[in-house]
Amino acid sequence: MRTGRPLVTIRDLKIEGLAGEDWLPIVNGIDLDLARGEVLGLIGESGAGKSTVGLAAMGFTRDGCRIAGGSIEFDDIDLVAASEETRRSLLGRRIAYVAQSAAASFNPAHRLIDQHTEGPVLHGVSSQQESQEDAMALYARLRLPEPESIGFRYPHQVSGGQLQRAMTAMAMSCRPDLIIFDEPTTALDVTTQIEVLAAIRDIVEQFGTAAIYITHDLAVVAQMADRIKVLLKGDEVEENDTRSMLSDPQEDYTKSLWAVRSFRRPEQPPAGGGAQPVIAVSGVTAGYGAAADVLHEVSFDIHAGRTVAVVGESGSGKSTVARCITGLLPPRSGEVRFNGEALPASYRNRSKDQLRQVQMIYQMADTALNPKLRIRDIIGRPVQFYRGLRGAALRRRVEELLEQIEMEPDRYIDRLPSELSGGQKQRVGIARALAADAQFIICDEVTSALDQLVAEGILKLLDRLQNELDLAYMFITHDLATVRAIADEVVVMKDGHVVEAGPKTEMFTPPHHDYTDLLLSSVPEMDPDWLDRLLEQRGVDNIGEAARVRLD
Amino acid sequence: MSGLARMVGQRLALGAFTLLIVSMVIFAAIEALPGDFAEAILGQGATPEAVAAIRESLGMDRSAVERYFAWLGGVFSGDFGVSFSQLSFQSQYGQTGERDIVTVADQLAPRFANTIFLAATAAAVAVPLSLALGILAALYRGSIFDRAANVGTLTSISSPEFFVAYILILFLAAANPIFPSISKIHADLDFWERLYRTVLPALTLTLVVTAHMMRMTRVAIINLMASQYIEMARLKGVPRWRVIVRHALPNALAPIINVIALNLAYLVTGVVVVEVVFVYPGIGQMFVDAVKLRDMPTVQACCLVFAAAYILLNLLADVLSVLTNPRLRHPK
Repeated sequence: MRTGRPLVTIRDLKIEGLAGEDWLPIVNGIDLDLARGEVLGLIGESGAGKSTVGLAAMGFTRDGCRIAGGSIEFDDIDLVAASEETRRSLLGRRIAYVAQSAAASFNPAHRLIDQHTEGPVLHGVSSQQESQEDAMALYARLRLPEPESIGFRYPHQVSGGQLQRAMTAMAMSCRPDLIIFDEPTTALDVTTQIEVLAAIRDIVEQFGTAAIYITHDLAVVAQMADRIKVLLKGDEVEENDTRSMLSDPQEDYTKSLWAVRSFRRPEQPPAGGGAQPVIAVSGVTAGYGAAADVLHEVSFDIHAGRTVAVVGESGSGKSTVARCITGLLPPRSGEVRFNGEALPASYRNRSKDQLRQVQMIYQMADTALNPKLRIRDIIGRPVQFYRGLRGAALRRRVEELLEQIEMEPDRYIDRLPSELSGGQKQRVGIARALAADAQFIICDEVTSALDQLVAEGILKLLDRLQNELDLAYMFITHDLATVRAIADEVVVMKDGHVVEAGPKTEMFTPPHHDYTDLLLSSVPEMDPDWLDRLLEQRGVDNIGEAARVRLD
Repeated sequence: MSGLARMVGQRLALGAFTLLIVSMVIFAAIEALPGDFAEAILGQGATPEAVAAIRESLGMDRSAVERYFAWLGGVFSGDFGVSFSQLSFQSQYGQTGERDIVTVADQLAPRFANTIFLAATAAAVAVPLSLALGILAALYRGSIFDRAANVGTLTSISSPEFFVAYILILFLAAANPIFPSISKIHADLDFWERLYRTVLPALTLTLVVTAHMMRMTRVAIINLMASQYIEMARLKGVPRWRVIVRHALPNALAPIINVIALNLAYLVTGVVVVEVVFVYPGIGQMFVDAVKLRDMPTVQACCLVFAAAYILLNLLADVLSVLTNPRLRHPK
């Protein structure tokens, strides 16, 4: 597939971003070569400069960024020196882009097909009519349902996974030589992701398109890329072909990335039959407003010192269960018991002590912490509220909590949330939950907004705290790797029903419930042959949405 | 779409309620003014006997609450009453009911038509102009054009209307007699003559309302320029003007429509000063005269027209905003 002459040659690329008054370096001298028909995986954590490099390969910089040095050549055209007009004539026609969030990247005001045909018609590649017919053919090829008519819908009328495939089709509309995929499956559920991955790979191979595949997910890039380049804070760490990179990484940083998924909390034996669960959810049915029920007869127990992972895809009702337990959403029927005692349905009717016992840690530490308050107040407030401490005693307790979350009190106690990193903010969120001396903590996707190394640190911290304080966790997540790492028991939810529940080891050993099986099999593995094998085993009709529909 | 119909119904009911409150406030405000119609109309010749006679003939010897409800009762049966100035002459000259009594509604109708003509002329210029300026300012953000448009429109909105009006008269009527400085409008004028005499007041109003609409158009578009679908459009090689007109503008319409509606309502209600300056025979001038005379039925009628214009235009804006939203136009 590869031919001699490279399609993209980047040499010593330096990009700077405007921070206030100063230009700060984002990318410090990166070289990149891409042959025709080749797929290069670009991986790294947030802030590594992956997207910036990806866009630079299109000759594009975001507002507030500039190319400070180096050269970018696309098919012998110098993109740095090229006129605006030259660059524009390449964009969409010879170089296309697929963004992370298709829902945000399709214009809500226009039909899919009108957005699809805009590029080809504008660039004079084909007529409106030809392009429309081609769109339908591409939709069919990408296995979108009703390929003849789906294009005539508006973006909000189409599901996320379908939109992502429609965007891939749009990128293909002019049959470009190069497509930049910028985290195209990060926002999708696992079962949807696999279908999009299969579709992207199929179409890239079909048309011999070269691609730069940007992601932070190693297992995904292993399926997609011929070669992998690892970036860290704007510098290249190393580059090699996919198999060698996976089996034999050279640099310490790469090795640490690879090792991330190794953390395993030793599984606790199930609590004895007679033991009193800390939280017992029984027969909870709930819904929002006057709408239909979102939860149907949900029941499960959580014991002291145990972690129950509640897994399922978006819309399965995981977070709604959490809202019922905390009393934010009073259930329509059923009840939640704490240490055997029924909790009032609404948080308004719960005593201070009942409120104290159920605490929550949120996914977005950024928005869950008041940006105007200092750390001492963020953590101090629940200490004061629930335990009535003040003055020196309050300060001592806050310092103690900061030590528990491994942040030096003297350094951090007077900082604002904006002066902390993402991982540190999440730690403060944990300290705030601990401040109430709760026995039970709900962790709602606490690691999904974090880079893998940082997430690993948070999981280890939660594990240590659990052992020290005998906490019970309810861990809401869609990430099965996290479940493997920390859960003792697993509750699988689908469409508001509990489809399977039990100890983790049982969950991960066959036979599975059909839906659990679909979920488990959809999680990418760090094996470049995984996707091929899976498609071979299950057939292309037995993955993703198609398979899910079949289960109903 | 039944949701939309329900919204319109609710808003109309709420609007009627608002009008009721407005009428009470206006009535109370006129009561609070020093002096009354009898004193105002008689001026120097206000002997206590004459004042008392007029008051009696107008029913002003009754309590304020009684008079308000008498007026309100009339309104509910479609009768906005008769201007005090019409009635007073009857009682003064001892005439009987033979003479035709012109009701407030009859007086208001031609005036209202004139005001609407003026507002429509100003709107026909101001709305396209400010949209175009706003789009161009967004397209060439930070350029000389952007700054000039901003400074120019801000200057015109920052000066009081009468000042803008007199400046225009100075340059376009006095120094260079191109347009008449007084808008003498009557029913027999043909359209073009009428338009010609309306140019200066319309131009004044245009200068006053353009800034607001233009700046909102610019900001609404610029706010969207950071959206991912705009970046996507640029990465598809769509030219910049097309990105703005086709990708940003349709999504920016809701806030723009709201500001346009506010300004159109201002064109109807805010014309008072401009009409007085140009002696334009519209509702604003009638309103000023009626307030001077404490002529309650006329003041009430004018205020209700102003309030209704506000309510209806805002309702129209909300309906249009809903219609520009594809999520509401094409539900799942």
